[in-house]
Amino acid sequence: MAKLSVNNISKSYGKREIIKDISLEVNDGEIVCLLGVSGVGKTTLFNIISGLLIPDGGKVLLDNKDITGESGHISYMLQKDLLLPYKTVLDNVSLPLIIKGENKKTAGLKAERYFKTFGLDGNQDKYPHQLSGGMRQRAALLRTYLFSQEVALLDEPFSALDAITKRNMHSWYQNVMEKIKLSTLFITHDIDESIVLSNRIYIMAGKPGRITQELKIEDQKPRGEKFVLSKEFIDYKRWILNVLDDGEIK
Amino acid sequence: MIKRLQSITNRVSSYVAIVGILILWQFLSAMEIVPKFMLPSPLDVVKAFIFDFPLLMNHARTTLLEAFFGLAIGVSLGFMVAVIMDRFHFIYKAFYPILIITQTIPTVAIAPLLVLWLGYGMAPKITLIVIVTFFPITIGLLDGFKSADSDAIQLLKSMNASDRQIFKHIKLPSSISHFFAGLRISVSYSVVGAVISEWLGGFNGLGVYMTRVKKSYSFAKMFAVILLISIISLILMEGVVFLQKISMPWTKGENKL
Repeated sequence: MAKLSVNNISKSYGKREIIKDISLEVNDGEIVCLLGVSGVGKTTLFNIISGLLIPDGGKVLLDNKDITGESGHISYMLQKDLLLPYKTVLDNVSLPLIIKGENKKTAGLKAERYFKTFGLDGNQDKYPHQLSGGMRQRAALLRTYLFSQEVALLDEPFSALDAITKRNMHSWYQNVMEKIKLSTLFITHDIDESIVLSNRIYIMAGKPGRITQELKIEDQKPRGEKFVLSKEFIDYKRWILNVLDDGEIK
Repeated sequence: MIKRLQSITNRVSSYVAIVGILILWQFLSAMEIVPKFMLPSPLDVVKAFIFDFPLLMNHARTTLLEAFFGLAIGVSLGFMVAVIMDRFHFIYKAFYPILIITQTIPTVAIAPLLVLWLGYGMAPKITLIVIVTFFPITIGLLDGFKSADSDAIQLLKSMNASDRQIFKHIKLPSSISHFFAGLRISVSYSVVGAVISEWLGGFNGLGVYMTRVKKSYSFAKMFAVILLISIISLILMEGVVFLQKISMPWTKGENKL
C-alpha cells in the first residue's frame, strides 16, 4: 500500500492551468524524485501536497486518509534552507516540535538526539550564519525530519550548493536515509542527482504540467563513484534525456 | 586588521577636529574677537558647569524622570498599536494615514495646549513625550513585521502553525533591528521633548533651568545646560546600542552593527 498517494490533482490560476491530472505514489521508505524543467508546476504540486494550497480537483491521501488542503501532516523543506538567523541551530531544528506544542526544553532534548546522525554534533549553540552551506542544509533536513516522520517533501534540497559539496551531500544523504528510512518525494532539475538518489523517478513536462513518464532505478547499493560512471547510469540518463527532448517537441 | 586601523584613525581624526574647534573657540573668545558676554569661552562653560553641578543634577533628575515615563509609555503604546495594526488589516488601512498626518503637527505647537489642558506638573510633559516617541516605534515595528521572510512564514504554515506562533517565531524577531532603530530616535526625542515642554512652564527640570538662566543672561550657564543635555542624549543612545547588542546575540561577529 502506498504511504502517500496523490490522485488526479489539477490546479489553475485564473485561466492559466498550472498542473493537470497529476497522480503519483510514494511507498513506505521510498525515495521518489520529481524531475522536470523549471516552471512546470512542481512547486505548485508540492504546495498542494503539503496543504498550503487547495487543488481545483483531486485528492491527497496519506495512509489512505484524505488530507487534501490540510497542513501539518507532511513535512516540507522549501527551496531555501530557511534557517532563522536569530535562533541557534538547536532552536531552529526543534522549532517544529515547539510549534506542535512541546515546551522548549523537551523539544531541544528530542532534537539533540539526532545531531550525531545528521553530522551536526557540536553545533547546537551556533547561529546559522556560522555554518557552512552543507551543514545548513543538513540542519534544514533535520528540522524537516523532526516535523514529520511520515513523508517529507524536499524542494530542490541541494540546488544551492556547489558541485563538490553537493556530491558529498549526496553520499551523506544516502547514508542517513539508510538509517532513518524516511519516505521522501523530492524535486530536482538535476538529472544525475535524480538517478543517484531515488528509487523511482517521475518526469514532469508540458504546459500545463503533467507526469509524462515513470522510471524505476534498480537497487544498487552503495551508489557511489562506481555507479555514476557505470553503463547502467549512462543508460538511465540517455533514456531520461530522450524523454525530456520528446516533451520539448510536443 | 586594516579595518580596525581605519576605524581607529577615523575616530582619532574626529577627536582632533573636536579639539581643534574647541581651541579655535577658546581663542576667539579670549582675544575678545567675539564679545565674551555673548559667546563664553569653553573654559567658562566648564566652570559654570562645575559651579552649578548640584543644581543641574537636581533639574536633570526631573527631566530624566519625565523622559523615562514618557518613553516607557510611548514605547509600550507604540508596540501595542503596531501589533494591532499588523493583526487587523482594516485598522491598518484606516489609521495608518492618520498616524502619518499626526506627525506633521509640530510638537512645539501642541505643547502650549497640553499645558493649558493638563497644568504645570509632569502630566503635560509626559503626554508630549508619549506623542513624539510612540510614532518611530510603531513605524519601525510595522516595517519590521513587513520585512519578515514570506517563505519562512510559508514554512511555518506548512507546519500548521497558528498566527500567534508565526508572530512569535518569525515576525517579532525579524523586527527587532527595526525596533531598535526606532528606539534610538525615540530616546533622543524623549529628552528633547521633555526640555521643550519644560520651557513652557513648570517648577523643575532642565528646560525650566534654561529659561531661568536665559532671563539672567548667563550665557555660560546656557551653554553648560546644553552641554549636559547632549551628554545625556549621548549616554542614552549608547545605552540603546548596548541593549541592542545584548538582545541580538546572533549578530555578534556578523559585522552588521
